[in-house]
Amino acid sequence: MAETGRLTRAPALVANPVMLLRVGLIAAVLALWQTVSVSGLLFRDVVPSLGAIAGALARLLVDPGFFGHLGTSALEIAVALVIGGLSGLIVGLALGANRLLGKAFEPYLYYLGPTPKIIFFPIMIMWFGVGPGSKVAMGVISCFFPIALSTAAGMRQIDRVLIRVGRSFRAATWQMVSKIYLPAMREPIVNGVRLGFGVAVIGTLLAETKLSNRGVGFLVINSYSTFDMPRMYALLIIVFMIAIGVNALVGRLGAGRPHIKS
Amino acid sequence: MNGARRLAAKLAPPVLGLTTLVLAIILIQILIEAGRINRFVVPLPTQIAASFGRVIAEENVLGRFLLTAGEALAAGVLLTVVGIGLGVLLYRFRLLRLACETWVAALASAPLVLMYPLFLVIFGRSALTMVMIGFVAALPPVILKTIEGLAGTRRVLIDVGRSFKLTQAQQFWKILFPAALPSMFVGIRLGLIFALINVVGVEFLINFGGLGQLINELAERYDLPGTYAAICFVVLVSVCFFAVTGWIERWLRPAD
Repeated sequence: MAETGRLTRAPALVANPVMLLRVGLIAAVLALWQTVSVSGLLFRDVVPSLGAIAGALARLLVDPGFFGHLGTSALEIAVALVIGGLSGLIVGLALGANRLLGKAFEPYLYYLGPTPKIIFFPIMIMWFGVGPGSKVAMGVISCFFPIALSTAAGMRQIDRVLIRVGRSFRAATWQMVSKIYLPAMREPIVNGVRLGFGVAVIGTLLAETKLSNRGVGFLVINSYSTFDMPRMYALLIIVFMIAIGVNALVGRLGAGRPHIKS
Repeated sequence: MNGARRLAAKLAPPVLGLTTLVLAIILIQILIEAGRINRFVVPLPTQIAASFGRVIAEENVLGRFLLTAGEALAAGVLLTVVGIGLGVLLYRFRLLRLACETWVAALASAPLVLMYPLFLVIFGRSALTMVMIGFVAALPPVILKTIEGLAGTRRVLIDVGRSFKLTQAQQFWKILFPAALPSMFVGIRLGLIFALINVVGVEFLINFGGLGQLINELAERYDLPGTYAAICFVVLVSVCFFAVTGWIERWLRPAD
């Protein structure tokens, strides 16, 4: 019984120094930044003062135009995730379910997956035009590979017993997919979607920096060409925060509910 | 008889894959020649194949390849030194690890390459920008894999070191480091792949340097077969890079 008290107090003891260290590290970095900025050791425009960055951040967040651009990018990424995710899921299921298909085509996906996707952008412009279509296409070819590969891998690690249960109930193919395969593969699929989301964001936004007049990528490259560094820092901070937040949220979905055992 | 069947079972998948690929290319060729696909959007596969030689001969592909590979390797050296160094630091000081590991993991999910305009301002339009962007974008996985490898050292091995009264340095070099090496190499390989992707990507985006710029230039000249050929070439190069580092990784990994 005496143990209980120690166990409940322990996390607080551990958490405190960690929090302190975190706050200290952030404060140290900010202080260093401000010192460098004020000292003029580096060009002031490259390291703008914290006040300038905070001001730019505030201006962005009250600017309705910014949310228009953010909405454009978000929509492009969402459409890309739906198209790339669904096709990745279908291809992954097919490759995972059939040994021959898997062995025949998975190596291609495996080796094409880590190639730089942005180089396909000129082709995507020719196929889908200079508008949002080509950005969505960039997102699609980026996120297709990780989702297809992790679905196929996830499919192979399903407990054989579950599949046999489905078969002995004479489940139809779509029933097998919706009742057995997908629930049993939640973790690898969520992981694939997480990876896919990350690369879809990169693909779409990089395409926007190359050729577009809308979206967050366009804003970033626009701040570069007008040399508005505080604004660029503010934009990068917002994009990173959103990407990290969504990633954490999707990850929580994957690890969320405990497995139902009954 | 049995052997022949086994051989057939082994050969069937690659043959199926390759045949499908060839058939798809032939189908595209037929569709373009029949006018179903616009040949000003997708050039004939035969034209693409024919322009391979021209692109390689006229566009200094070898020089470009060496430049891009050199930039990616320089980023890889930086990644190895800094990434493993930071990983060891975080492992060594538990408090620091508790405070920072989630930050590093979070950064791994941020689109770091989007900082390239910032790097352009800081380092200029130079090879240094490429190296730095490759380095920064690929740093988090190297750190995370180093920590993972060190933290995954088997308890028994650490206890053996203790019972031999190894000093801290000996414990690190004789026990922890060798045990973590396979995982560290996974990290370095991931880092190199990320670095290559980002170097080629930024070369393409800012129209500067090696293989990435080649694609941009051919696309801007509207040399369609050339663009497609260059893209195929870059994809082949990255696939080779990926395969070779994969072999090295398997070779380094102890049989377990």
